[in-house]
Amino acid sequence: MASEAVVVSATEAKEKAQFDPRIVAFCCNYCAYAAADLAGSMRLNYPPNARIIRLPCSGKIEILYLLRAIEDGADGVMVMGCLEGDCHFMNGNYRARKRVAAAKKLLEAVGIEPERVEMYNLSSSMASKFAEVMADMTEKMRKLGPSPLRKGVAR
Amino acid sequence: MIVGERKPVAEILEMTKGYDKIYVAGCGTCVTVCLAGGEKEVSILSSLLRINGKKNGHEVKVVEGTIERQCEREWVGEMKDKVRDADAVLSMACGIGVQLVAEMYPEKPVLPALNTTLMGFPTQHAVWLENCRACGDCMLHLTGGICPVSRCAKQLMNGPCGGSQNGKCEVDSQTDCAWALIYEKLKATNRLDWMSKIQPPKRWDIAGYGGPRKTVKEEEVVS
Repeated sequence: MASEAVVVSATEAKEKAQFDPRIVAFCCNYCAYAAADLAGSMRLNYPPNARIIRLPCSGKIEILYLLRAIEDGADGVMVMGCLEGDCHFMNGNYRARKRVAAAKKLLEAVGIEPERVEMYNLSSSMASKFAEVMADMTEKMRKLGPSPLRKGVAR
Repeated sequence: MIVGERKPVAEILEMTKGYDKIYVAGCGTCVTVCLAGGEKEVSILSSLLRINGKKNGHEVKVVEGTIERQCEREWVGEMKDKVRDADAVLSMACGIGVQLVAEMYPEKPVLPALNTTLMGFPTQHAVWLENCRACGDCMLHLTGGICPVSRCAKQLMNGPCGGSQNGKCEVDSQTDCAWALIYEKLKATNRLDWMSKIQPPKRWDIAGYGGPRKTVKEEEVVS
């Protein structure tokens, strides 16, 4: 039995390693979106798993956007706003942080890992940080496995 | 306005268990303004129900709809088609709305998604303070516009009590003492002598303790 379990967990680990997460990244126009642009100009490598959605400010994020992304099959959702204290609209990124925290609680209540939704803060000049958090989130989702809502993808 | 808050998700999932088609019905009046049961909150709760269903391999069909007011028959009548097609109605209205929907559609289970918490106004965005208990005999003209029935923990008619400390209530140090507020207000408006007028015992029978109340405006009743 023990050896079977080892085989099963090894297979699972292999499948998880091969699994390519689908991530939705909501990026503030004034920081993360510009940082993504800069990362491209600097030819920085980062995983291509995230689909970027530009927001006029991270404060535009709604709890519903986060839930709908998960509902429609995203494995992970990122909200990327300016560094705290540096929001172009004064406090949009603080609002975003609160909404991300609320979405995490709601998702947890319906049995979805709260780690699937994360808030990141960076500035428009932080291209390498952008590449770093993209890699970080992709790796985290790979470890976590596919969303329980994605049918037919091995967990 | 009437203020409510969404019940814990676990409680809502428990009460909706077994229903395949759920009509999540919002109310466009008080609970929309208090961010508890309007269109946006209906969408969020609906999304959660769908996520939960998909995750458990038992997909539920969720129909969303917000009407103007769930406490009036004309508006609730508009819910007819969606109610007919659903196995259950999950109402995001206050307790009044839930009861009227249940009364008008007796064949359907009508479930409350909110807890109705208080009647009051916001002190800041998303914070509401209880200001009225519908006691049936308003005394705000005697108390500088501050209600001791809803805002004094002891509902004193002749306060403050000995527990009033630096303008705060002994029940909770964050809560203002209503009678301290009344005192300051009367003082500021040169009506301090009103503090020494003894108020007779209040009629609690008409405050709801004499059984369910009913308000009738005779001349408007259409028989």
